Amino acid sequence: MTLASTLSDSVSKFGVMIAAVAIFLAVVLVIFFLASRASGRLSRWLAIVVFLGPAVAMLLIGLVYPAIRTLWYSFHGESGLNWLGLANYKWIFTTERIVHEVLFNTLLWILVAPTVVTVLGLSLALVVDRLRGEAVYKSLIFVPMAVSFVGASIIWKFIYQYRDRNEPQIGLLNQAALALGWHHPPNWLLSKPLNTFLLMVILVWVQTGFAMVVLSAAIKAIPTDIVEAAEVDGARGARLLFSVKIPLIRSTLIVVLTTVMITTLKIFDIVRTMTGGNFGTQVLANEMYSQSFEQYNTGRGSALAVILFLGVLPLVGYNIVQLRRERGNR
Amino acid sequence: MTSAEAVEYLATEKPATAERRGPVSRNRRGRFSGPLATMFVLAVAIFWTIPTFGLLITSIRPQGDVANTGWWTFFEHPSFTLSNYNTVLFVSGFGAEGGLMPYVVNSLVICIPATIFPLVIASMAAYCLSWVRFRGSDTIFFIVFALQVVPIQMALVPLLKIFTSIPGAGGTYVPVWIAHTIFALPLATFLLHNFINQLPGEVMEAALVDGATHFRIFRSIVLPLAAPALASFAIFQFLWVWNDLLVALTFTGGSDEVAPVTQRLAQLSGGFGSHWEVTTAGAFVSIVIPVVVFFSLQRYFVRGLLAGSVKG
Repeated sequence: MTLASTLSDSVSKFGVMIAAVAIFLAVVLVIFFLASRASGRLSRWLAIVVFLGPAVAMLLIGLVYPAIRTLWYSFHGESGLNWLGLANYKWIFTTERIVHEVLFNTLLWILVAPTVVTVLGLSLALVVDRLRGEAVYKSLIFVPMAVSFVGASIIWKFIYQYRDRNEPQIGLLNQAALALGWHHPPNWLLSKPLNTFLLMVILVWVQTGFAMVVLSAAIKAIPTDIVEAAEVDGARGARLLFSVKIPLIRSTLIVVLTTVMITTLKIFDIVRTMTGGNFGTQVLANEMYSQSFEQYNTGRGSALAVILFLGVLPLVGYNIVQLRRERGNR
Repeated sequence: MTSAEAVEYLATEKPATAERRGPVSRNRRGRFSGPLATMFVLAVAIFWTIPTFGLLITSIRPQGDVANTGWWTFFEHPSFTLSNYNTVLFVSGFGAEGGLMPYVVNSLVICIPATIFPLVIASMAAYCLSWVRFRGSDTIFFIVFALQVVPIQMALVPLLKIFTSIPGAGGTYVPVWIAHTIFALPLATFLLHNFINQLPGEVMEAALVDGATHFRIFRSIVLPLAAPALASFAIFQFLWVWNDLLVALTFTGGSDEVAPVTQRLAQLSGGFGSHWEVTTAGAFVSIVIPVVVFFSLQRYFVRGLLAGSVKG
């Protein structure tokens, strides 16, 4: 394809886009115009239908129906037609690879990665606002948040490049390991279970900025007089931190931890880009994708999606209860 | 629900930041900033920057250098080229015609409507649920808001089946636009409702008394007043769609014609014996747009990000 044809291709794609947006807005305006001609009681009901109708219809067709349908599929076979009862769930919890690799790795992810993100974010938040150049540090640590998991994965895949020690090195990690005197470092991404932790580093790299910014805002919101009163009473250093500051930002800490946990539970892009789920790194969300769209086993894929949903549910529930309680206390 | 609660909660904490910068806090700053704390933050900041920096350096080095030496040797033997960017953007190869440029175009063509559509539909719904109250409107609002707990994964297969049953929809942008719009609606409606609900009621009532229709009030009063909230959601949604892989993989139907840059990069990075000089240049291209958006619109972005970081 030549530059000229790429260009003309782009022009026609942008044409499609502009046309789509223009048609969409035109339809909305025409409906507005027509509906506003109505009068009396009809006009109120027409307004409700026009304003609320599209959102409700899209959510019903695109989210509510599919979610129910997925639940239904999870009790059916590959094509989604023959009833299997709980066989798909039984398959999930009795298949060696699913239990010992997929579920185990997912559990490992949600136990380790969110904890590291929160602890690191909190440590940074506690000290960063006392430094000169706070904004610069914050920005540098926050930037990865704007990077896609795919982009982040490529960045880190390059860092994890393995080469034999006799060859010239291009991966920073291997180079660092050799320079520190580790003569036979492992082939990083192929070594189980090390590789799962290396993938977690990427999530930590992306999410720590978020945790830091949110926790830093919470710490700054602690009333100065409370901290001063504690200091007058003799609280210093660790005591001040663990008995005064952390309890005061507890609910924000929980929000950050559960938020990162939910992201982690659904982690897909990193595993897909880095290893494709090979070498013992598979997780729930990627297994769901490959069962549904590569193995074309709708039943198993759907059952995995339901498990994912059930995993997210208590996190969300806990979060809400905590926040409600916290607010009630104020 | 989590995200929604979080946003509301976090939003209330914001103003405190500015107020506390009194003499007391400056005093505290001096007392506590030990060299250890500085070193810790500095170390993390450096560690957080090196990966992206290495990517940038690699992307501007000649092919031979990249394959045979580490990017850190660049400073001893600097040699600089932009040809990787030319290759990755415009030259055919690596299983794709026309390089990465068509995918960058696809990303934009996906992102812009996938931001505008949910913005319009959600702001209409939010206005209705705030100001055209009716019996059951609170229940509808609660259900919309509660739908945030449904992970995208729960909807993928059935939604895809709906699209494939519509003739002519496959291989076009339409399924991707609609899927992104649907998945954005619960959060968007909730956030915009929170904002639109706070608008002064006297203005709307006065307009209604003057005989203005709801459509007129929505267009000439609500939309202009809600601009900050619309902007922050728009930025968040744009970045979310730009960085998405799952929805793209599922709803482009594997068609290169409409695949975004994330999908292509994931493919490129999967190949063995990768050409790192090209992959890194490609990754850098995909990163530049969100990072520029982030830096230029940081104010709105942080709000949007706090709001939606748990989406999906």
